[in-house]
Amino acid sequence: MQPMSSVAATETLAGERQDGARFEAGTLPYLVPATALMAVLFLGPIVYSLYLAFTNLQLAGPNAIHYQFTGLTNVHRLFQDTEFTTSTKLTVIFLVGSAIVGQTMLGMALALLMRRALSPLRIVVGAVIVLAWVLPEVTAAFVWYAFSQPGGTLGAVLHQPNTNYLQTIPMWMVCIANAWRNVAFSMLMFAAALRNLPTEVLEAAELEGAGIFRRMFNVVLPMMRGTIATNLLLVTLGNLSTFTLIWVLTQGGPGDATSILPVYMYLVSFSFSDLGYGSMIGLALITLGALFSVVYVYSLRARIA
Amino acid sequence: MIQTAPKPSEPEGIVAVRYPRASAGGVGANLTLGLFGALFATPLLWMLLSSVDSHAGWQVRIPDLTASNYTALFNRDEMRPLLNSFYLAAVATTVTTVMAVLSAYVLSRRHVPFKRVYLLFILFASGLPVTMAIVPTYQLFVTFGWLDSLFWTSIFLAASSLPFAIWLMKNFIDAVPGELEECASIEGASSARILLRIIVPLTIPGIGVTAIVTFINAWGAFLIPLVLNSNPDDTPGSVAVYNFLSAFTTPKFGQLAAYSLIFSLPVLVLYLVMARRLSGAFSFGGSLRG
Repeated sequence: MQPMSSVAATETLAGERQDGARFEAGTLPYLVPATALMAVLFLGPIVYSLYLAFTNLQLAGPNAIHYQFTGLTNVHRLFQDTEFTTSTKLTVIFLVGSAIVGQTMLGMALALLMRRALSPLRIVVGAVIVLAWVLPEVTAAFVWYAFSQPGGTLGAVLHQPNTNYLQTIPMWMVCIANAWRNVAFSMLMFAAALRNLPTEVLEAAELEGAGIFRRMFNVVLPMMRGTIATNLLLVTLGNLSTFTLIWVLTQGGPGDATSILPVYMYLVSFSFSDLGYGSMIGLALITLGALFSVVYVYSLRARIA
Repeated sequence: MIQTAPKPSEPEGIVAVRYPRASAGGVGANLTLGLFGALFATPLLWMLLSSVDSHAGWQVRIPDLTASNYTALFNRDEMRPLLNSFYLAAVATTVTTVMAVLSAYVLSRRHVPFKRVYLLFILFASGLPVTMAIVPTYQLFVTFGWLDSLFWTSIFLAASSLPFAIWLMKNFIDAVPGELEECASIEGASSARILLRIIVPLTIPGIGVTAIVTFINAWGAFLIPLVLNSNPDDTPGSVAVYNFLSAFTTPKFGQLAAYSLIFSLPVLVLYLVMARRLSGAFSFGGSLRG
């Protein structure tokens, strides 16, 4: 071991420590392509919407080229627009129906049922549920369109062969179809979490005489609260941007019965050609999505070295 | 949207805890699950049966077997959208995967200023669905003159799946032990050589997963090509299924079902390939399509 004074002398001679992390120019060629692409086509549109949302840009006509900054006009319009208010309410109904009841609760129920089922049944049913999840969204929407048409299977099962269920109970059908397509995600997530629960705790609860509901609500669910929270966040983010399924099934109709925010944004922008106001609705959605995403990142921050 | 998910089903594991008294409750659970299974299967069954039924309607029924629904589709007009989808997905997958491997390598192994902030942004962006920014994207494409270009549409698809791809790839590269690179580095190998000769061969399964996830996303993309690309020759399969459905005056239920099935097939095959890979090697992350 070197004497203290010698080390100190070396440090004085060499100046600052040289083994700390320094910027390496050699890493740039690896990082620049991805960063540039994301800056232009991921951040770019989001930043651009901060400007477009405050203009009178149109899809066609004179305001398509010579559009201008209109201050807070679009914001005022947003707060006075009854269709926007309706659309927001519909979005909340869709979130409750599809994300919370349809995906999270049904997903949990399926994951729990899977644990008690015979293995052939479990494998077959699991495969069908995952299949519905893997299919392209257009295909999922299409099979549900067929399912709920007059003369379709749903009408036949319910002995109402001439009913078009997309006309009579559109929001129900949209929620059910979306839950049908996405429940596998929650189910797999919960199944993995259930697998990782410590068996001792469950056995102890059972030995103490806790009934099935007590075990469920006082033991299993509290231990899974982290997974449930993450699942709710991701599912909400996904549902908040559902467009394809609804567009193919109902185009937001009949009337505006299923016109949740992404659909309303599309209609305003590309059917009523009001791109400026459409950007404002988009900005509202992005802000909401960003809030959820920030909470998601916060919950996973420990995984970032 | 893309999300991190648990490992796609490992059937044996779901029953880790077996309750001792499975009898009465077990029957109920099995029946309920069977019922759910039937409910889930019925819409899919319709598509499968109608596609081989010469008298198909909207309802599930025993088919009058025929292959005519499929043979009627094998012509230039109907197959062109599938080629377009393939082009979109192939370009997006190549661009995303190459860029993700490059940046994930550096983010995993080297010192990068503001690395933590960068990674936080990547994770944040991977949670944010692109649907929400489609209007400004459209205007951006107008400004750059990129509208109605299949190439730029696929580049946008690449950009939208890049954050999740980088996150996924970084996790795969983090799992590779560092000793091999240290040896190579001492022997004088450049970082490019280390990446190509050590990291890439060792993370081939991970690269495959990243590529498949991106491909599945781009193949099924609907809103992005619908908005950014209105040239009828460039219509991808997803939009073609929708057009087929909305242009429906004479009932061609069987053909419609057959077409959706053909369109969905590549995604199903790729998912099966990935699920087999994932269940063996990795414990953390599957994925979702958009």
